[in-house]
Amino acid sequence: MHSHLLTLLIFMPILAVPLILLLPRKSHGAIRITAAVFTGIQLALAIYLCAIFTDTGDFQFKEKYNWIETFNIQYYLGIDGISILMVLLTPLICFLAVFASWGINKGVKGYFSLMLLLNTGMMGVFCALDFFLFYVFWEITLLPMYFLIGIWGGPRKEYAAIKFFLYTLVGSVLMLLVMLAFYFKSDPHTFDLTELANQYKNFTSFGIIAFIGLYIAFAVKVPAFPFHTWLPDAHTEAPTAISVILAGILLKMGVYGILRICLPILPEATRSLAIYLVIIGVINIIYGALCTMAQKDMKRLIAYSSISHMGFCLLGIGVAVSGVAVVKDAVIGLNGAVLQMFNHGCISGMLFLLAGVIYDRAHHRDIDGFGGLANRMPLYTAMMTLAIFASMGLPGLSGFVGEFLVFLGAFKVNMPATVIAVFGVVLTAGYFLWMFRRMFLGPLNPKYANLTEINGREMFTLVPLGLIVIFVGIYPMPVINMVNNSLVRLLELVAR
Amino acid sequence: MTNYLWLIPLLPALGAIINLMIGRFLGKRTVSLLACGGILGSFVLSAVTFFQLIKLPADARVIHNVVYQWLNIGKLNAEVAFLVDPLSIIMLLVVTGVSFLIHVYSVGYMADDKRYARYFGFLNLFVFAMILLVAADNLLLMFIGWEGVGLCSYLLIGFWFEKKANATAGKKAFIVNRIGDFGFMLGIFLLFWSLDSVSFQGLQAALAAHPLSTGLATAICLLLFVGAAGKSAQIPLYVWLPDAMAGPTPVSALIHAATMVTAGVYMIARMNFLYVLSPTAMLVVAIVGVATAFYAGTIALVQNDIKKVLAYSTISQLGYMFLGVGVGAFAAGIFHLMTHAFFKALLFLGSGSVIHGTGGEQDMRKMGGVRKFMPITFWTFLIATVAIAGIPPFAGFFSKDEILWKTFSSGHRVLWAVGLAGAVLTAFYMSRLVFMTFFGENRAHHVDHHPPDQEPSGHDVCCDDDSTRDKSHHAHIHESPKTMTIPLMVLAVLSIVGGLVGIPHALKGANHIEEFMAPVFANSGIIHVEKHVSTGGHDAAVLPVGEHHGDTTLELLLMVLSVGLVLISIYGAYYCYIKKKDIPGRIAQKFSGLHKLLLNKYYIDEIYQQVLIKSLLALNNILAYKIDLGVIDKIVNGLGTSTIKVAKASGWMDKNVVDGAVNGTGQTVLAFGQVVRQPQSGRLKDYLTWVVAGIIMLVGLIWFFVLK
Repeated sequence: MHSHLLTLLIFMPILAVPLILLLPRKSHGAIRITAAVFTGIQLALAIYLCAIFTDTGDFQFKEKYNWIETFNIQYYLGIDGISILMVLLTPLICFLAVFASWGINKGVKGYFSLMLLLNTGMMGVFCALDFFLFYVFWEITLLPMYFLIGIWGGPRKEYAAIKFFLYTLVGSVLMLLVMLAFYFKSDPHTFDLTELANQYKNFTSFGIIAFIGLYIAFAVKVPAFPFHTWLPDAHTEAPTAISVILAGILLKMGVYGILRICLPILPEATRSLAIYLVIIGVINIIYGALCTMAQKDMKRLIAYSSISHMGFCLLGIGVAVSGVAVVKDAVIGLNGAVLQMFNHGCISGMLFLLAGVIYDRAHHRDIDGFGGLANRMPLYTAMMTLAIFASMGLPGLSGFVGEFLVFLGAFKVNMPATVIAVFGVVLTAGYFLWMFRRMFLGPLNPKYANLTEINGREMFTLVPLGLIVIFVGIYPMPVINMVNNSLVRLLELVAR
Repeated sequence: MTNYLWLIPLLPALGAIINLMIGRFLGKRTVSLLACGGILGSFVLSAVTFFQLIKLPADARVIHNVVYQWLNIGKLNAEVAFLVDPLSIIMLLVVTGVSFLIHVYSVGYMADDKRYARYFGFLNLFVFAMILLVAADNLLLMFIGWEGVGLCSYLLIGFWFEKKANATAGKKAFIVNRIGDFGFMLGIFLLFWSLDSVSFQGLQAALAAHPLSTGLATAICLLLFVGAAGKSAQIPLYVWLPDAMAGPTPVSALIHAATMVTAGVYMIARMNFLYVLSPTAMLVVAIVGVATAFYAGTIALVQNDIKKVLAYSTISQLGYMFLGVGVGAFAAGIFHLMTHAFFKALLFLGSGSVIHGTGGEQDMRKMGGVRKFMPITFWTFLIATVAIAGIPPFAGFFSKDEILWKTFSSGHRVLWAVGLAGAVLTAFYMSRLVFMTFFGENRAHHVDHHPPDQEPSGHDVCCDDDSTRDKSHHAHIHESPKTMTIPLMVLAVLSIVGGLVGIPHALKGANHIEEFMAPVFANSGIIHVEKHVSTGGHDAAVLPVGEHHGDTTLELLLMVLSVGLVLISIYGAYYCYIKKKDIPGRIAQKFSGLHKLLLNKYYIDEIYQQVLIKSLLALNNILAYKIDLGVIDKIVNGLGTSTIKVAKASGWMDKNVVDGAVNGTGQTVLAFGQVVRQPQSGRLKDYLTWVVAGIIMLVGLIWFFVLK
């Protein structure tokens, strides 16, 4: 089974689609349960995979078959420390998202089918080692996301979906062009990412342009300033579960793409442009945080905070590449970036789930329209407290570990950038505590005197993420051990 | 013998977990037993550790316990490990001991609270974090505790969150502390990259191997001091502490007086080996400390809320501790930290007892004569007042005088004079508090009659402590229950005898505490007091601290001087508030400008609000609405619209100019335009067509290039 574990992981969710399509349209329960069972199996497989995974720095669980021989396109899968956390997080978030979608009553069949397709696409992105395959999976995620927002979204869903689509499409076109360029520059022509990394010298002549093309494709997903404005709209309009997937996983595809493709294939260009990654990372952190403070809608606030927090990933990568001359120091920041991907996935997932909980009850998300919820919903408040403090980077919770490592790594390489970025943690505390004060503390708004406490199903979606947040905060070494060797290896490739 | 150290933080942690998770179902008795029991266990273990420690030879008094590896990447190696030496054992004993007493007190004070279990859960969590902070063997673990206590402070200040002001005060505390932590974190980073270590022992070893440049040492020390100033409420980051009094009074006593706020002093004492490398940083610490001591003292003179007076008094006393460590008298600073923990906890608990007994009253103008109704509270409170005022042989005298003497003897004459003036202020405002609260006639029924000094307009954060409790002003004033008075009595005893461990050599004492901690501060035996013209210490010299044989007479003289001034100050307060009660009002009228300035705390809060917060909010709005929506989105929308136009145009071209063979492509482009314009579920097919066409195009493209 080990030899096909990744294939199984990727396609497990899509196996459920024909079953779902066969089920009667009205049997919502059966459709949901089918989706839950298949994503549950996928999650179990992913956990098993993590359990038997040891980070050697090399790709493991490789599967390699010729797909379109004429163009030397391969069905090539494999994972290492850079992808392992995402390979775990994706099934987890998608599994929880099924339960967060329990309230969807419109077009249930289509909704779950698209969500499962999205799941397969994302898993594929994190496992693919052939650029063409990567690209196909990348595009597969675009389609379901577009429809999930555009059909099941809020009042301005059309605008949000189009915006998401346009931004991403521009990025995809650029990625396609660079991919083809790699193909034709390589000798023999190949899409194989490991092979492309070996032939990196072939790409030095146009490295800068290729990097920028790829960067824009990935930056849109991260999203990095100034390609970020689709995110608040997409999040605000998307249904809860889709926001969770969007923030939890989809954004990480951008950071992952930079790590998996830009760094090993374009080491020289990456090194010479690393300072811009640092600058954009800092802009994301500060600009994102300042914009967050001005938000009045809870989901928009969380969305902007995501922009700010994804800035840590860019900063971490930027400083690791800048300081690559001393790999053992540089890897500190890169560990931070990869950890931040995982942590932000869990934390923002929690935050969006929590936003969904209150939206389902009050049917609005206006921060000033609440007040004193802590009085009425203590358990919900407790979960929110955990999530926002994790997001603020409270030591002892997971968010801190990632941020701290990024900052620590950054400080050695670029002190001014670090000083500005660290100030972001003050701003983060500002906006979250401000939101918390308005919504949860103070006298109870009489309008909401009858709100019901968070229910069992909602708790079920939150508790696993909460436990991870606490565990990683208290004992981060198991996670570091899963990624560190691969990151050292990656930086050695960059240092070439 | 060393592997039980981890139990000291674990016991309160378990208490916190149980009480927070299932405390609601346990009943108050079980909750309080769990909470107090855990802390008592920690205290007993600390005491056992103390006795083990003193059995060791003086220079080998270090117990180290590695629990597990927290982070290990490259050079970075941070363990969850505990270090107990003479410095941290004193802190551990003070923290667990005072915490235990305050837990017991809380059993009575919070008896009627509906969130009883949550309160004790938070309080236990605080003690856990505080133990991490003081027992940590490295800066990173200390920082975890450091922010952990900040979290608990936030949660407990806003414990009665139904009142908006309480919630706001909690938020303010956390954010101001975060500003401090900003500096602290940068300090850790700079330190790590300079010396490749975060553990205290590792840092000392690294320093011994290759010394640090003075500039670098200064930078690190000042950054760390930013953190200390935030946590320990020093200028300019003190603004959160007075508001923090919105929390339940035992919380004010434990967190915002006795333990958490002293963390900054402890951190500097812990990092003494680094601070001594930078005379500049030390001087900054001392100046900020003494300035805060005096400044906060002036504000305390005119406040009418009993807890506010104590809050400013705390800020002021913390200033003395910083003055102590700043002039290199680390042991004296920690000594004052310890005695202050006793008498300030007692003052707060006493005030809590008064508030409890008078049914929620905090305004001293509505008190008076309380001593007749609450004898235990009164006597213990009086002892604490005498202790803080600095009258021998009470605890505060020895520690404060030690600091002042060390300041003087190390050549900082101006700092000493300011410190002495602060001590006079302390004696005055504390006496005023006692006279207004406990003496004279009870004024509870003259509620409507406001003296000329009005409550400052704007915000009065904590005029009543507990909105959930019945707080009739006409409730009969009564003594508090035993769970509250017993801790008062224990703390009163400590406030009397606590200073005896540090009787200076000048008074033929042994100064045990300084001697005990001496190994920790061994590296800092010599303090370089350079000629700081700015401080006026033109006759300063390099003085080995602790070796001032010829100065005994001088030391005694200064002692007499300070005690004399303090006694005069107390008499002054007596004269103003007992004998001629119209004097304060007359002075307030005569110097109404100054009086208003002090009453409104120099308007610092207002300035922060108007200048910093307002401009930040304005910036936020510009970025979020003018730039994001105004510029970037305009461009995106423009691009979108023009894409549709182009698609339409090319569609028209295809239809009318090119036909037949290339129709497929044209239609896809057109379909895309339509999808872009009107995305609906009905158009799914069109879209899929386009995707298929796109893939065909892609393959065609590759085909073309390959053939070429």
